[in-house]
Amino acid sequence: MARVAIENWKETIRDPKIECMSRDEMNALQSERLVKQVKNVYENVEFYRRKMDELGVEPGDIRGIEDIHKLPFTTKEDLRDNYPFGLLAVPQEKIARVQGTSGTTGKLTLASYTQNDVDVWGECVARGLTMAGLNSADRIHVCYGYGLFTGGMGLDLGARALGAMAIPMSSGNTKRQLMCMEDFGATAFACTPSYALYLAEAAQEAGVVDRLQIRASINGAEPWTDEMRKKIESILHINSFDIYGLCEITGPGVAMDCIHHKGLHVYEDYFYPEILNPADQSACADGETGELVFTTLAKEGMPLLRYRTKDLTSMERDICECGRTLPRIQKFTGRTDDMKVIRGVNVFPTQVETALLSMGGGVAPHYMLIVDRENNLDVLTVMVEVDEKYFSDEIRKLDGLKNKVGAVLKQALGVSVRVKLVEPKTIQRSEGKAKRVIDNREL
Amino acid sequence: MGVSNTIQQLSVFLENREGRLDEVLKVLAGNDVNIVALSLADTSDYGMLRMVVSDPHKGRQALKEAGITAMLTDVVALRVPHATGSLSKAMHQIVEGEVNVEYMYAFANGNDAAAVLKSDDPARVIDILKGSGFDVYSADEAYRANQ
Repeated sequence: MARVAIENWKETIRDPKIECMSRDEMNALQSERLVKQVKNVYENVEFYRRKMDELGVEPGDIRGIEDIHKLPFTTKEDLRDNYPFGLLAVPQEKIARVQGTSGTTGKLTLASYTQNDVDVWGECVARGLTMAGLNSADRIHVCYGYGLFTGGMGLDLGARALGAMAIPMSSGNTKRQLMCMEDFGATAFACTPSYALYLAEAAQEAGVVDRLQIRASINGAEPWTDEMRKKIESILHINSFDIYGLCEITGPGVAMDCIHHKGLHVYEDYFYPEILNPADQSACADGETGELVFTTLAKEGMPLLRYRTKDLTSMERDICECGRTLPRIQKFTGRTDDMKVIRGVNVFPTQVETALLSMGGGVAPHYMLIVDRENNLDVLTVMVEVDEKYFSDEIRKLDGLKNKVGAVLKQALGVSVRVKLVEPKTIQRSEGKAKRVIDNREL
Repeated sequence: MGVSNTIQQLSVFLENREGRLDEVLKVLAGNDVNIVALSLADTSDYGMLRMVVSDPHKGRQALKEAGITAMLTDVVALRVPHATGSLSKAMHQIVEGEVNVEYMYAFANGNDAAAVLKSDDPARVIDILKGSGFDVYSADEAYRANQ
């Protein structure tokens, strides 16, 4: 209940030295960090030593950030192959925490952090919270899940670094969320954009909007549109901000948008972004769309060189109206693979196939995923073919099969699904590239 | 005794989409398969069409060729005299015999009615019914009912 109009907005910058640094100074800082990091991974991570040796690149060849294109890439598959601790650059006793996200084959993608990494993470989120107009007097209601997922912990660490009060609600139970928001006098909340809109509408329906002290929301972990932001803002009379991050790089707090909403400012002093042409991995010019690739310039636990996010976006480097010189990435236009984000959870169609095959009969491993947004929440419907051998004319048996498929998929994907049984041989067979996903969400 | 007295029901899985039932009926009509009785069960996702037809094997083959999933199920067609309480008596015997009935539907057949029942043990149902004075239709009688 305290939306600030842009003309009355007073921008605060947590670390003006970094966030408003000149391009030359930033290049120098990035170069110094990259040279050190490359030497570090070459000496301490066998995976990178091997990869660099294969490319014939030595640490001495990297003299500055302009040499980054000489370095090898890292992919999600590399993380999987080295799961769980194969990419550590420090002895394991230096690891202070791990966080994870779902991977392509049911295994997690695990990221390891030293205490310094955790502190940097919190600092970056705190920069973002400051960008959202928050300070140490604020009370931040975190309804991202706490656990291996980076959402809850990331915002919690940010609140701690800012000196603000964290309310660790975790996700679910909307009624209780609203009650605590009101009772504890929360001034900001953080969750996925779809849940933010759901909460906003629930607050409106319950008639409690006027009793809330919320003035900002920080939303990310799934794609959303400006229209959706405006809707959340107008229902709750607040300012909403987009936060971006990925577990492999650190979690939320890799980039964040400011009140001008002209793209998300990347904290490039820690996370160096490149936009590369998906066809040949050559660098894209500013404004050109390509794959977003990150190098962690100062990470200790699990540093990554040129990690391919598979997210498609473009970058702008002109100075923002907010005063920051940090480059801005635009909202994602898609992916280079077929990953979908469902209620903040990464879902790969191949996971569905693996899970169906693991059932050992009942359904054929042919499926179609349909993603919808109903009442502002993502709904994943999986159409599966009944195996002719298991086909029954008893509805009880078919429903039993349907429930079993639902349970297996929920276990495998970490998100509940709606199962729809279809006639055998009615789903398109894969010949090369079958379309396995229909996304009806308007984003 | 036993299985020779069961009849074969043609069961079809129907996705909930426009015109699907029409397609199935058209295939049967086009192949001269007469529908003697039918029951259509619906769920939120799909329907289950169960039929007694003049030639279940031919019906199944024709549907298969048309890309429609159909199966044959052994069911019992009980002769129920048109007298109040006769179905109740028959059902009581089945319950006493501890056999589960999955589903049932009925159709008029000449002077009597036929109750089609699916159970987990059709042979036993027939034994129970015959042992307590009830009659079941043979396949030939059921497939040609009312003709």
